[in-house]
Amino acid sequence: MTKRLNPQAMKTPFRFKIGRYILTAHGLLSYVFLYAPIIILIIFSFNASKFVTGRWHGFTLIWYQKLFVDEAIGAALRNSLYISLVATFVSTIFGTMVSLAMERYNFWGKMPFDALLYLPIIIPDIAMAVMLLLFFVMVKIPLGKLTIIISHIAFDISFVAIVVRARLAQFDSALEEAAQDLYANNWKTFRYVTFPLLMPGILAGALLAFTLSLDDFVITFFTAGPGSSTLPLRIYSLVKLGVTPEINALSAVMLLASFLLVVLSVWLQKGGDGKVDFM
Amino acid sequence: MPDEFAVELINVAKQFDQVVAVDNVSLQIRDGEFFSLLGPSGCGKTTTLRMIGGFEMPTSGNVLIGGEIQGFKPPFQRPVNTVFQSYALFPHMTIFDNVAFGLQMKKVSKSEIKQRVNEMLELVQLSDVGRRKPNQLSGGQQQRIALARALINKPKVLLLDEPLGALDLKLRKAMQLELKALQQRVGITFIYVTHDQEEALTMSDRIAVMNQGKVLHLDTPEEIYEHPANRFVADFIGETNFMEGKVSQLNEERVFVAVDDQVPVPLLPTRDVQLGQVVTVAVRPEKLSVSAEKKREVDIPGTIDEVIYIGTDIRYIVRITEKTTLAVREQNRGGLSAQRFSIGDHIHIGWYARNASLLTE
Repeated sequence: MTKRLNPQAMKTPFRFKIGRYILTAHGLLSYVFLYAPIIILIIFSFNASKFVTGRWHGFTLIWYQKLFVDEAIGAALRNSLYISLVATFVSTIFGTMVSLAMERYNFWGKMPFDALLYLPIIIPDIAMAVMLLLFFVMVKIPLGKLTIIISHIAFDISFVAIVVRARLAQFDSALEEAAQDLYANNWKTFRYVTFPLLMPGILAGALLAFTLSLDDFVITFFTAGPGSSTLPLRIYSLVKLGVTPEINALSAVMLLASFLLVVLSVWLQKGGDGKVDFM
Repeated sequence: MPDEFAVELINVAKQFDQVVAVDNVSLQIRDGEFFSLLGPSGCGKTTTLRMIGGFEMPTSGNVLIGGEIQGFKPPFQRPVNTVFQSYALFPHMTIFDNVAFGLQMKKVSKSEIKQRVNEMLELVQLSDVGRRKPNQLSGGQQQRIALARALINKPKVLLLDEPLGALDLKLRKAMQLELKALQQRVGITFIYVTHDQEEALTMSDRIAVMNQGKVLHLDTPEEIYEHPANRFVADFIGETNFMEGKVSQLNEERVFVAVDDQVPVPLLPTRDVQLGQVVTVAVRPEKLSVSAEKKREVDIPGTIDEVIYIGTDIRYIVRITEKTTLAVREQNRGGLSAQRFSIGDHIHIGWYARNASLLTE
């Protein structure tokens, strides 16, 4: 009994100490598990060996150089950017419109429509890919860039809508009423008040859509046709022939680009209402 | 003569799904008047204001502004401006652009906008904040900017939806007087929504007390306080003692009400009442006095139940019958006149007959 009441022992019981160590170790290991492969990939993109063997042969930038002169990769990159930009542009407009409709108006069938809107986020990519492929075959649209763009728009809209709606939900509707009160008609209210205040959300949604489009593999793989290979598809076909350090370099570049886009998107979602609010 | 009124509501009703928010309200608000809509939350006062502003459309009835039927006109076509409860300043614009917004929408020339905005900022004593953003101002400053943004358009009527609600007590009191002074200077009709009865009494020329979508009493602050139309108004505005009883005696000079069938209380014969009718007598605590012997015309013996020291006042709770106690508020003047009683003392409560009201509903 006396031992238990000892105030020194009461402060941090042994089992709590152990628990804290285990928890810390668990946290660290999770990060190692997540990021070790990425770090290794980046390191070996600078390795002066032709083979990805795990032995370090000295620092080189040759794989990056090779990357930038590779004509096939250049074409795939151009395809990727073209498809992603068009899909982003269209889905941002539709996504914003749909989130405005969902947040502002009540209409018949809103509930099921709302649920259906987010379906592309939930259903497996492979299911969506197969469905889209069947659809294009059925309506006889030849597979190519167009079908990839349509498919990307189909899933991008949902993500844009989610991000824009989050922004809209915090929107004080009194601001729009104030604009109306000060002689702004519906269009001017949108132009001068709603749209500027929504802008950070719209941009964040667009960036997210762009990133997803740029990175997408499964859906693109199923809906691509001859000559419409995107960067992820190109990488996949290269990997089939064996992993080269060039692929490491390409992956590292894509990783960096995606990372920057996501950071920018998060930053836009957080700030942008006058107060600059760096993460 | 409809053009005598700045705003007129004729049998206006508003229903949200199954809930009646405003129930057949008719009001006539005079030009240049400081008019308050006062009531507890959910009484329909804000909905009434929003129907004048055009943010809600009446289910039935008509809203007239300056004698013109408004119908389904949207807010941007009405000659009124609003000060919102949350101020609703545009966070992405500077203070200057906020105040200039209405004029810009009306396509007023740039030089005129600049001049009028500066004048307006001067009027609300904030000439040097034009380049700041709203979130760089204090609550009180934001409130003034909201006022400036509305007043710069020289509206026929200014609608104010609990504009002082978010300010702390001291600032609120200062702003009340400032707002009233400003209203008299610019001469614009103010329609002011509040749930704070003291605020309404301090500022208004006339008050409409609302409850459950209906206007229960519309009059000057003094009339509403001194002669409330019914029990709700008497209870909502200030503090009131209620005594229930039957009319026991009627003559030309006095009506007598037997409170709890025991204590006869004389009142002025102001209303149509019949012998034996069940009524309520209302009298304010500060109109009562406590003394050791009979002093006033109306005199009721009682015993002190409770003594509460408030600082400025001393409050006695006096039992006059088994069912009824009266609250008495005596000013704490100190010195010789401070006659303090203690719990259990047998005393007399006195007042003047004209200070009590006879309520039938």
